[in-house]
Amino acid sequence: MFPEQLNVPLGKWVNQFVDWLVINYGAAFEAFADSLLTVLVALEQVLRGAPWWVVLIAIATITWHASKNWKLAAGLVIAMFAIGTLGLWDKAMQTLALMIVATSLSVIIGVPVGIAMAMSNRLRAIMLPVLDTMQTMPSFVYLIPALMLFGLGKVPAILATVIYAAPPVIRLTDLGIRLVDQEVIEASRSFGASRKQILFGVQLPLALPNIMAGINQTTMMSISMVVIASMIGARGLGEQVLMGIQRLDVGAGMEAGIAIVLLAVVFDRIGQAYGKRSQRSHAEDV
Amino acid sequence: MSYIEIRNIFKIFGPDPEGALELARAGSDKDEILAKTGHTVGLHDVSLSIEQGETFVVMGLSGSGKSTLIRHLNRLIDPTVGSVSFGGEDILAMDIPALNAFRRKRLGMVFQRFGLLPHRNVMDNVAYGLEIQGTDRKSREVAASKWIERVGLAGYEAKFPDQLSGGMQQRVGLARALATDPEVLLMDEAFSALDPLIRSDMQDELMKLQAELHKTIVFITHDLDEALKLGDRIAILKDGKLVQVGRPEEIILHPADDYVQDFTRDVNRGRVLQARSVMQRLTPGSDRSEDDSNTPVIRDDTRLEDIVSISLKTGQTISVMDRDDNRVGLIDRDQVISALSR
Repeated sequence: MFPEQLNVPLGKWVNQFVDWLVINYGAAFEAFADSLLTVLVALEQVLRGAPWWVVLIAIATITWHASKNWKLAAGLVIAMFAIGTLGLWDKAMQTLALMIVATSLSVIIGVPVGIAMAMSNRLRAIMLPVLDTMQTMPSFVYLIPALMLFGLGKVPAILATVIYAAPPVIRLTDLGIRLVDQEVIEASRSFGASRKQILFGVQLPLALPNIMAGINQTTMMSISMVVIASMIGARGLGEQVLMGIQRLDVGAGMEAGIAIVLLAVVFDRIGQAYGKRSQRSHAEDV
Repeated sequence: MSYIEIRNIFKIFGPDPEGALELARAGSDKDEILAKTGHTVGLHDVSLSIEQGETFVVMGLSGSGKSTLIRHLNRLIDPTVGSVSFGGEDILAMDIPALNAFRRKRLGMVFQRFGLLPHRNVMDNVAYGLEIQGTDRKSREVAASKWIERVGLAGYEAKFPDQLSGGMQQRVGLARALATDPEVLLMDEAFSALDPLIRSDMQDELMKLQAELHKTIVFITHDLDEALKLGDRIAILKDGKLVQVGRPEEIILHPADDYVQDFTRDVNRGRVLQARSVMQRLTPGSDRSEDDSNTPVIRDDTRLEDIVSISLKTGQTISVMDRDDNRVGLIDRDQVISALSR
């Protein structure tokens, strides 16, 4: 037995800290939550309000823009159509809205953090274990304080998703910038380029394929969070899976599961197509 | 005062250069300092003066510090101690904006592995320096087109670097460096990555350009033949120390030490030595050659390899004339042979 005198009351401290946060900064968290909610609700209304065929046309257009491949575009339209035939269209649109907001937030936070990590070895040394923690910590652990701070609903779901899904885009932005050929950086320095000119003119464009791969992974991970997100009150496909579990309705759970997979495939293919395009931005001119 | 002045530069690589610097100043060499302190000596008390308009070659093997040295001229690397000035202006005193302005206006650099921007086509690569300067698109494309044509790449404007051969890529690199019309061209092993034939082409091309442009060129190479061909003057570096500085013929005829002599052993002397360093000098007024007009006459910058064939053909003593057609020396057959041997 480990001696009891050596126990550290970490749990108690964390509880006190969260209580202190809620009491002192509750209002600020609420204001932040409200603004995030406004964006999400607006997007959800657009997606759920739009006729289903408009959404299909939009998917086809985006796929075509990304890949210039009509077969892929047709395939992804069929996948989305299949979600509709399962009777899960409305729920899929709710999930889609949540994913888009969570992924966008991950990218908005992740790319600058990745850039900062690439610029500073010290920050990188601090961030790497933080990212490991974000990816391995069971999400229920941070769902509890998120619930206390933001209440039940969509906002803690988004935040939990961002915590879980942001690390890949952060890591790959950092990696992508670090992999840029040093001689190219040296060349642009020798022409008197400022740090800003080097970052936007050389480092980011050359890191883009890696950053796109990171965004793609982030998207996939945010999809995989939908079931957990639904446990704290986010609506959508995850809710359907949860219902299937609670009622032991295997069929309903399977339907929702297939719809999640189809949604993931659609996003993955679009993301990959954009990634490839950034890799050979000039291949079409050959 | 020369145009570029490098004064007593030491460069120590490592986290705490002070201790290593003391040792270096006390005369320890590179290996000793590495063993004692774990610090690498990049440059050891290097001083150089480079004149405006000359092609100055820095030669050394890998690890000799030559690439480190050229990077001090545009402060891609800062020295541990020492000073670098251009036209009397101390570049180490410049803050970042002043340094960037200095790099934009006055320097162009060409890299061993080209350093081209892979996501930009030839036109945008060549125009890069002008873009950094803030020149508008139209005028920078006019200037870039001129240089693309000048290096023989007209028609390739829309190609990307990975679609070009090595030689063509380096032409892009050269055009890019020249497009901003810099005073100084820094060339870091610019032709080392090219095939021998292409390399020789590029050397000729550079000499042709230089004959028109009269830039100050600092050229780094590990190849003595290249150094002798291009350089007005050559500096030889070994383990971060300057071993010898001089004109190509001085290096060949009077190597400073065994190290330099080892290098020069395999050099084609016929191609490097010129009449003026082979001939027997006539003191002014002592021109005793009232004689016939059918002795062969050559200029004082004729290469030894050409003198050989003249000497073999005629068998006579050759008169050497300077640029103003004064007879300055004589070369007989024995002198030709002794210059070739050794």
